[in-house]
Amino acid sequence: MTSKESILAAIQANKPDLLPLPEQPEFPYDNNLTEQFRQSLALNGGEAREAKSFNDVTDYLETHFRNSQMIVSLSEKVSGNFDVNMADDPRELEHVELAILEGEWGVAENAAIWLPEEKLHHRALPFIAQHLIVLLKKDRLLGNMHEVYTRINVEGPGYGVFIAGPSKTADIEQSLVIGAHGPRSMTVFLMD
Amino acid sequence: MKAAPTHAAAAAEFLKDSERSHWHDETLWHVRSKRDVSAQKIPEWEQLRTLASQIKDHVLSNLDNLLLQFEKKAQANGIEVLWAKDAQEHNEHVLRILEENQVKQLVKSKSILTEECGLNHFLEDKGYDVVDTDLGERIIQFNKQVPSHIVMPAIHLKKKEIGDIFHEHLGTDAGADDPKYLTEAARQHLRQKFIQAHAAITGVNFGIAETGGFVVCTNEGNADMGTHLADIHIACMGIEKLIPRAADLGVYLRLLARSATGQSITNYTSHFHRPRKGKKMYLILVDNGRTKQLGREDFRNSLKCIRCGACMNTCPIYRRSSGFSYNSTVPGPIGSILSPGMDLNKHSTLPFASTLCGSCSDVCPVKINIHEQLYKWRQVITKEGPPQVSKRWAMRFGGQVMSKPRLFELMGKMARKSLSISPRGFVYNSFNAWGKHRELPEVPKETFKDWYRKNRNHDK
Ligand code: SF4
Repeated sequence: MTSKESILAAIQANKPDLLPLPEQPEFPYDNNLTEQFRQSLALNGGEAREAKSFNDVTDYLETHFRNSQMIVSLSEKVSGNFDVNMADDPRELEHVELAILEGEWGVAENAAIWLPEEKLHHRALPFIAQHLIVLLKKDRLLGNMHEVYTRINVEGPGYGVFIAGPSKTADIEQSLVIGAHGPRSMTVFLMD
Repeated sequence: MKAAPTHAAAAAEFLKDSERSHWHDETLWHVRSKRDVSAQKIPEWEQLRTLASQIKDHVLSNLDNLLLQFEKKAQANGIEVLWAKDAQEHNEHVLRILEENQVKQLVKSKSILTEECGLNHFLEDKGYDVVDTDLGERIIQFNKQVPSHIVMPAIHLKKKEIGDIFHEHLGTDAGADDPKYLTEAARQHLRQKFIQAHAAITGVNFGIAETGGFVVCTNEGNADMGTHLADIHIACMGIEKLIPRAADLGVYLRLLARSATGQSITNYTSHFHRPRKGKKMYLILVDNGRTKQLGREDFRNSLKCIRCGACMNTCPIYRRSSGFSYNSTVPGPIGSILSPGMDLNKHSTLPFASTLCGSCSDVCPVKINIHEQLYKWRQVITKEGPPQVSKRWAMRFGGQVMSKPRLFELMGKMARKSLSISPRGFVYNSFNAWGKHRELPEVPKETFKDWYRKNRNHDK
């Protein structure tokens, strides 16, 4: 017997009678999604800003990232200074200072933003960059996790991730430190 | 396997440093309090717990079919699926993959399963340098320790000690203990390891039967840094980690981080379904005692565990005695019902490391009846084997006395007399396991019965 066969046989011998799988629930949620998202993101160590247009984003970059040598932008409306297509291997992204991505959905209860592989170019990009900016349309905000799973197809992309804040740790005496391995900051622009 | 030191003996060691024990207790209670605040914000919290438990009921009752569905989908998506009966086979699979792909450098993110299988030691014996990349795990790896908590592996260490460890291994300034400074040093050190790694090993939080994919949750982003840079991804998963549908993640992700640390979600929740183009992804499905536990009706529910650690944070025994006192990969209340299933002799004292207060069951997001199972293990152990001879002997003797009212009264009289004149050493000696951690109440001058006889007339 292979290990697979013996494991399956043991399960068949030991499992209880079939119990039903419950239906997926729907729960009501707050209507002020923008405000709730902002608060959730702050608790996770990130910052949400409201933007009327892409000019607001460009202005922000001008003040905060003017001297950055390596900015990768995957948004057509905002320009970076490094073409991600130049990197065949994700290791070449090692010195990316800022990555600008477009989120697909945002979840107000926990600030999780769904980023499927096609929005990342390299899976490593949002992790290896020193800072992260995500642009998200306000009408892409949903209330809770049940909602978002009815909208996305997790299997479609080979990889997809919910990002809800910058890289963080509290492994030293429970003190929160932002910037464990990945981004040292995460700013989300909620676009009109 | 040889019996481990009893939980009580190991706890006594930890309690010698009362200042540390007090600090440990407070730190974990703080985490527990954050969990409460977070849970109270969700009006449907109790409904979510019930759903989470019911979904797992279904999974356990249909595990064989779901695993087959999962494997088929995963294979169709280009993931190589391997099965392992036990820890040894799991470790051998990993080794073979590393050898076949001529991997030299590897990084690993947090996986309690690989800890359970002793993977690091196994690979180190074969000459591999396994780099744990979760900050807490890297700290204890430097310190040659195992995790003392499943979510916060280095919770037993103070920053001063971590500063010393980093000074020795990473060359940070002597005496420096600022968490920000130390984290930055680890960041720089581990970035190099990520860039150099050929293979990345991760655990799995959830496997999705209908899509053949799996989900990994971290706050640091270390699982992603590892897997997206390396050519080979090896994911190690206990067979009970399965859920039927992607939508079930809605239920579990709302519960997991809130129960663990009070966060609404971990900052990264990664869904893996296919390897990167030209790269390889392996998934190892591990039994290692899980199918046996499935067959134990009284203990089956323990397989629902999603490893949030809430039962540890709330446990009055865990908080005061620390994870090491359990001598088991998974410590705390849930460890005390899982580990006896793996090796009853080695872990026979763990079900007794509880006050049976039930706080663990109250916070468990998948509603495992932890304290009831602890009690059931006690019954199994006292019937089958010697937990700790002196406590058992005392219990049997006590049982006889309790069942005979006359004898009980007589023994009581003797005890009141003798305790009041006994030297301490006679009462709190090594034969009296209960005397170790408990002060006896002051001896009453008369029995309740005597008192009642005397006083009932007053009411008339
Ligand atoms: S038993 Fe429950 S509370 Fe304890 S770690 Fe598992 S899921 Fe969390």
